[in-house]
Amino acid sequence: MLKRLDEFKIGETGLIKKVEGEGRLRRRLLDMGVTPNATIYLRKKAPFGDPLEITIRGYELTLRKTEAQLIVLEVEDEAK
Amino acid sequence: MKRFALAGNPNSGKTTLFNSLTGSTAHVGNWPGVTVEKKDGVYKKLNEKVSIIDLPGIYSLSPYTSEEVVARNYIIDENPDCVINIVDATNLERNLYLTTQLLEINVPMVVALNMIDVLNKEGTTIDIKALEDELGVPVVAVSALRDDNLDELMVKAYEASQTPREGKTIIKNKEILHLIGDITRAFKGSKVNNPLFHAIKLIENDELEVRNHENLVDMVTEFKKTFHDEIFGDDFEAIIADARYQYITEHFHSVKKVSKEKEEEAQNVKNNRSDKIDKVLTHKVFGLLLFAVILFTIFHLTFSENLLFLGGLFKNITPSFAGTPWEGLVWSEKGINSPGVLLFNAFDMTFGWIKDDVVAGWMSGAPAWLSSFVCEGALAGLFAILGFLPQILVLFLFFAIMEDTGYMARVAFIFDRMFRNFGLSGRAFIPMIMGFGCSVPAMVNTRTLADDRERTATIRVIPFFSCGAKLPILVAIAGGIAEAFGFRSVDLITYSMYVIGIITAIICVLLMRHTSQKGGTAPFIMELPEYRLPQFRSLMVLLWDKAKHFIKKAFTVILASTIVIWFLTNFGWNWRMVEEMDQSILASIGQLIRPLFTPLGFGSQLTTIGWVFAVAAITGLIAKENVIATFITLGAIAVAYLNKDPSFVEALEADADGIEASVAMIQATGITWQGCISFIAFNMLTIPCFAACATAKAELPKGQFKWTILFWVVASYIGCAIIYAILNLFPSNIGGAAYKPGQLAWAIPVSVAIVVVAVLTPFAIKWYNAIRAKLSKKGQ
Repeated sequence: MLKRLDEFKIGETGLIKKVEGEGRLRRRLLDMGVTPNATIYLRKKAPFGDPLEITIRGYELTLRKTEAQLIVLEVEDEAK
Repeated sequence: MKRFALAGNPNSGKTTLFNSLTGSTAHVGNWPGVTVEKKDGVYKKLNEKVSIIDLPGIYSLSPYTSEEVVARNYIIDENPDCVINIVDATNLERNLYLTTQLLEINVPMVVALNMIDVLNKEGTTIDIKALEDELGVPVVAVSALRDDNLDELMVKAYEASQTPREGKTIIKNKEILHLIGDITRAFKGSKVNNPLFHAIKLIENDELEVRNHENLVDMVTEFKKTFHDEIFGDDFEAIIADARYQYITEHFHSVKKVSKEKEEEAQNVKNNRSDKIDKVLTHKVFGLLLFAVILFTIFHLTFSENLLFLGGLFKNITPSFAGTPWEGLVWSEKGINSPGVLLFNAFDMTFGWIKDDVVAGWMSGAPAWLSSFVCEGALAGLFAILGFLPQILVLFLFFAIMEDTGYMARVAFIFDRMFRNFGLSGRAFIPMIMGFGCSVPAMVNTRTLADDRERTATIRVIPFFSCGAKLPILVAIAGGIAEAFGFRSVDLITYSMYVIGIITAIICVLLMRHTSQKGGTAPFIMELPEYRLPQFRSLMVLLWDKAKHFIKKAFTVILASTIVIWFLTNFGWNWRMVEEMDQSILASIGQLIRPLFTPLGFGSQLTTIGWVFAVAAITGLIAKENVIATFITLGAIAVAYLNKDPSFVEALEADADGIEASVAMIQATGITWQGCISFIAFNMLTIPCFAACATAKAELPKGQFKWTILFWVVASYIGCAIIYAILNLFPSNIGGAAYKPGQLAWAIPVSVAIVVVAVLTPFAIKWYNAIRAKLSKKGQ
């Protein structure tokens, strides 16, 4: 199932299919390792529900929902 | 001397490595034109001395933040003899991403594989030889923290620096390689350095490259039309970023020898630990509470004169050291001093002793103007500023610990949502809070903000978070109001002044982010580093750097400015020294500009000596404690005006917190309580002290400083006019002082007019922009 990162629930994992957006913002996401075929695990949300904390390529990254919305992922089976 | 540049990700241990290599030889300076700190130091253990340059921590060579531009330009344009790329072994994947970019530059390179000891503990080993073969540059495993293998690293780097290295790329796609080859040749033809690097960046649509090489853009665009990738289409930015990461995952998994179980176990332990800490620190309720407690503790330890609120215990006890110098140093009537205040007192006493006993002794035979120049002019100002050094350093130490442990990043994470409402990111919260202590370290801290406009807006409002030096003004005048007008709660005045500062800051940020510093909130994409213990050595090096920087400033800009003010207060227009300050140039300037302050409540409506408020505000520009010091110095004038017993002057001078002096000033000048509050607010909101101004000049983007000064003047003027106008809705005679409506009658319409202009200005700017946009559209 395809889903955007801002719609993820805490504890969900997904495989990146597409990174949208443009310019510096997109560049930054790509540079930080948010590229297609990488796996993202949503660790938690900040007290006010935003920004998000994710694990990607073995480290922790925080980004806002507006940026998370640009990332399209294939949700992994929870059974796994 | 050969130059070796250190490049690597933030948090990869770069600073630790730099400190280990250079020891105490580090030298902090500013890059020309760019406001990012550059550090260089000397490594001495090789046959010849080598200069080590610490570049800002970066994730990539694309121009995202000013720091990345600095690092990129240094490596490409300054031709260092070798680049030492520090790679965090515990996060190989992301760290090697930068390495693949550095490889494309024609510069000798060595990889320092840091924190390998941590990785080994987790059961993973790295095949260094294989990594070396794959990258084609020497790789040395080091531990920057324990100084392991650093000498070997430097020997390898030195060897590498002897032979030039041709850049190479890890991109394997044949069609893209073909394009890279074509553009590289074109660059070579026009004698561009590092053709390969520029070629790849141009294909990536890199902003800087596209601007610099417009002639080649067409060639790239032509090619891109013929190219099509199944997943990415012609999105070369993603194709190349993906190619790098793919290359890394394909080749470096074989380099790592992992016992899968152990790795997972280690990962779990790590996650559990940071989860546990996170659960508390970023908790919905406790996280916010805990932050408040931590912040309070920091300020308490730095500024409190009543440590742990033990003061009450000593009410009826006279300590055995009463009467000795120890008393003032560690203890006062209020209680035990915090470490910050203790250090402050120690400095203050030493400086006082130097000034009054040692130097004054030398000066005993000298002419009056000379001893006044040395003691009151140069030394008094200099010492007043240097006296703050300990408290600034203590504050800095606490904030550095928060930064080092990884807590600061979480604070930004927690508060980002809230700050977005003001057009700022969570990161801006930290410098603002630091502003309550001292604006200087707060302004330096804004470097962590990615966006220049956001940074400018933040630096401008930092002084509104009333600093430690503004507290004496609050205490003295609020106390004065209480006594002169019979107003009971001094605390209410003090707190509301802090609130006024915060409200002004919020309004100004909102206004700026919609007008001059416009721009969407910068994206907030930030690594949350692992929690770790702070390192003593790094902290000490940091403090030493700050101290050096501060002292240098004190002896240059600040010293010069204090001398100018001293001259203006002690000399008349006939260039002779004056007996009393009221004949000085400064007093006459005060007289001259005094009408300007009428809408603020401390101008023409006061009695003949009303110029003291204008003068006090001017002397406050050196250091805010001068405001009250001026009141005390000018106390004699007020006493004479009130026809009081001259012995009263001594009482004023003995009263260190200045409350009596401000009562005398209030009575002599006939200022209303509204005027007093407006005066406090003016000092809080206007141009900060010289130290803060010098820092602002260094930290602001080029050309913004003069506008910032103007902003401070305008904001304080309008802000105080509003405050004064609003307060005048209340009766002036709360206490015994007479209410003189006639004097205020004309000041109020002026204030109202200013308020109206202030409220309308942002709208006017919006309309103006909208109209201009419309016109330019029509023109097209």
